[in-house]
Amino acid sequence: MAEKMTGAEMVIQALTDQGIEHIFGYPGGAALPIYDAMFQQDFVKHILVRHEQGATHMAEGYARSTGKAGVVLVTSGPGATNAVTGLTDALLDSIPLVCITAQVPTTLIGTDAFQECDTVGITRSCTKHNYLVKDIAELPRIMHEAFRIATTGRPGPVVVDIPKDVQFAVGDYYRPDDASLRHQSYRPQVDGDAKAIEAAVDLMLKAERPIFYTGGGVINAGPEASENLRELAELTGFPVTSTLMGLGAFPASNPQWMGMLGMHGTYEANMAMHDCDVMINIGARFDDRITGRVDAFSPNSTKIHIDIDPSSINKIVRVDLPIVGDCNRVLEEMIRVWRSRTNQPRTEAIAPWWAEIQKWRSVNSLGFKNSDTVIKPQWAIQRLYEATRKQSKDVYITTEVGQHQMWAAQHFHFDKPNHWMTSGGLGTMGYGLPAAVGVQVAHPDALVIDIAGEASVQMTMQELSTAVQYRLPIKVFILNNERMGMVRQWQDLLHGSRYAHSYSESLPDFVKLAEAYGAKGIKCDTPAELDAAIADMLAYDGPVLFDVLVERDENCLPMIPSGKPHNEIILPDTAGIGDIIDEKGKMLV
Amino acid sequence: MNAHLQPTGSAYFLTQETQQIERHTLSVLVDNEPGILARVVGLFSARGYNIESLTVSETEHGRRLSRITVVVTATPRVLVQIKLQLERLVPVHRVHDLTAEGSAIERELALIKVAGTGEHRGETLRLADAFRAHIVDATVESFVFEVTGKPDKIDSFIALMQPLGLVEVVRTGLAAISRGKESL
Ligand SMILES: Cc1ncc(C[n+]2csc(CCOP(=O)(O)OP(=O)(O)O)c2C)c(N)n1
Ligand SMILES: [Mg+2]
Repeated sequence: MAEKMTGAEMVIQALTDQGIEHIFGYPGGAALPIYDAMFQQDFVKHILVRHEQGATHMAEGYARSTGKAGVVLVTSGPGATNAVTGLTDALLDSIPLVCITAQVPTTLIGTDAFQECDTVGITRSCTKHNYLVKDIAELPRIMHEAFRIATTGRPGPVVVDIPKDVQFAVGDYYRPDDASLRHQSYRPQVDGDAKAIEAAVDLMLKAERPIFYTGGGVINAGPEASENLRELAELTGFPVTSTLMGLGAFPASNPQWMGMLGMHGTYEANMAMHDCDVMINIGARFDDRITGRVDAFSPNSTKIHIDIDPSSINKIVRVDLPIVGDCNRVLEEMIRVWRSRTNQPRTEAIAPWWAEIQKWRSVNSLGFKNSDTVIKPQWAIQRLYEATRKQSKDVYITTEVGQHQMWAAQHFHFDKPNHWMTSGGLGTMGYGLPAAVGVQVAHPDALVIDIAGEASVQMTMQELSTAVQYRLPIKVFILNNERMGMVRQWQDLLHGSRYAHSYSESLPDFVKLAEAYGAKGIKCDTPAELDAAIADMLAYDGPVLFDVLVERDENCLPMIPSGKPHNEIILPDTAGIGDIIDEKGKMLV
Repeated sequence: MNAHLQPTGSAYFLTQETQQIERHTLSVLVDNEPGILARVVGLFSARGYNIESLTVSETEHGRRLSRITVVVTATPRVLVQIKLQLERLVPVHRVHDLTAEGSAIERELALIKVAGTGEHRGETLRLADAFRAHIVDATVESFVFEVTGKPDKIDSFIALMQPLGLVEVVRTGLAAISRGKESL
């Protein structure tokens, strides 16, 4: 049923019809009609950010923690260009976003008008799809199609650029039904090929050294996918590892869990990947942080790869058995087929494999030397983890990018999907604080903590003001080593410890800074006082900036250096990391 | 560009590519909507794929469909990626590797301007005749020929015209279609 309304009203109506209660945005001249339409209703609530990049990361946190699309609204020109980092981040991590950008009136497009930029041109390569709406008649379809494309198949960001005159124009609003929305050329394949799934189970039934290598795709396939992963792991008895993006899909407390794999993954996960005979990749993409040196990557395994995106198959690593489909559907089928063949896990057949894994585990690759005079960053995260376990609240963790991010992945343990948000593919410093704001908007009663570095957090620090405005009690746990620790570590590894610009000089007083924003500031530099200070932070009903002064020169280990295979991992007790990488390896990132 | 280095797509490929580079003609059926060409071309430059030739035009007005014929050079592994990456674009319906699917019919049109007087003109006309080039413009000092055929035929014609006063060449790029009754 069509209803007459303006383009601006259509935007709000479409959001309402999509069930979107929160959007993150920042106004400006070209976006004012949409803001005006929003002002006159109260279903869609707007969170006013302090920088459009913040809006995009908030929407990512919102999306990742709810499984729904995150929505961003920004103005033309600088509003749109400020959103580019978050759009790219969402593209690389397959996060569903719909970003509405206002545009100068159609009559001014191409004239270098005030606050004009070629938004669709700029965002073409950092979105899953984008639209410039030139005709009001197309707006209802495009709005709904944007949600469909963002949330189905391999999720991703979609930009809808709406010129100001189209926002004012009056037209017929309707909610297109699903069938008419089906863009003829856009048909993601969700069901895996039945024969391939049977062949995969047959391989698994013969495996002697199997491993599940899971990724963000399992999270994107919804909580049922995580349930099914758990069930399949139990049915088979196989060990499970995951990428950074997949943490939480399989419970860290389960004995079959081997920890994260990859550049800073555990020794046992990486060794098992290297030596396995059947690798079952579920929703991961053989990213270079995982594979290390490709020609030495898991040299003797038969590889099964389940992915909803056909272009992920054979992109980096040649696989033996590709299954294109939604992880959840494929897992369901695998469980069904496995059950039809046997009702026993392969406990005995793979007992020698588990024995080997046990040996690797006993290396204790996440170990570190603790201290009673200086706070070790790994220990700080362990204490934080222990403290949050005693909370009755649901706990969500976001991170910035650097050593603290990897330590968080290693030492904070996740038992549920959608509770861990981090910038994996793009590695965007400044992601964590706004992402925490977005998570807290979606889960007002939860405990949301950004595990941060003092350098990263300053990139989007101003969003603390947003947290204060909307009474969002996020906790920012800054592991302050007074330097860009990860950069310093690479300079030690690759550049003779010449620390070019990796110090964080003239750091702000984070306690005063918190107070200036109207938040609480806490500082701690003594191991003996840490637990009490964490308790203070958790007890405070409001946003907190917690400045934890930690060991400055701690290395994040284990580490597979660039250009090395998995079995040449650097373990925690290695001295003199500066001599490990050869000239060729130094070229790599 | 670095197409030959693409096989692993990783920062860590230290191995030399062993596959041979091939030239393939892809036929891409797309929605004829604004920006579609930029999307396709942007994908090639962003991922470091090589384009040898590209032609695009609306082919089914009623359904607003366009056909893009693109000639690429890549290793077999990268060719598969190119096809899959193209298919990932929302407005792309189908991608066919005409080269892999059998002997497609490939044609190109060129307009070629040759200037000269005296005995050269007779020689020019004789060669044009042999290549079935049509004269589409003539003055006392010049000819413009229209020649159609496979790209290598046009290459040879152009090479022959070089010493005879070739001044300008315009080529359409390749149009290709599969043989038999099937359509894309
Ligand atoms: C926007 C952005 N710029 C630069 C980088 C490169 N980079 C990666 S980690 C890092 C240092 C991070 O320092 P900090 O936040 O203090 O974390 P730490 O490693 O010390 O824990 C830098 C500069 C990045 N990832 N993102
Ligand atoms: Mg730091």
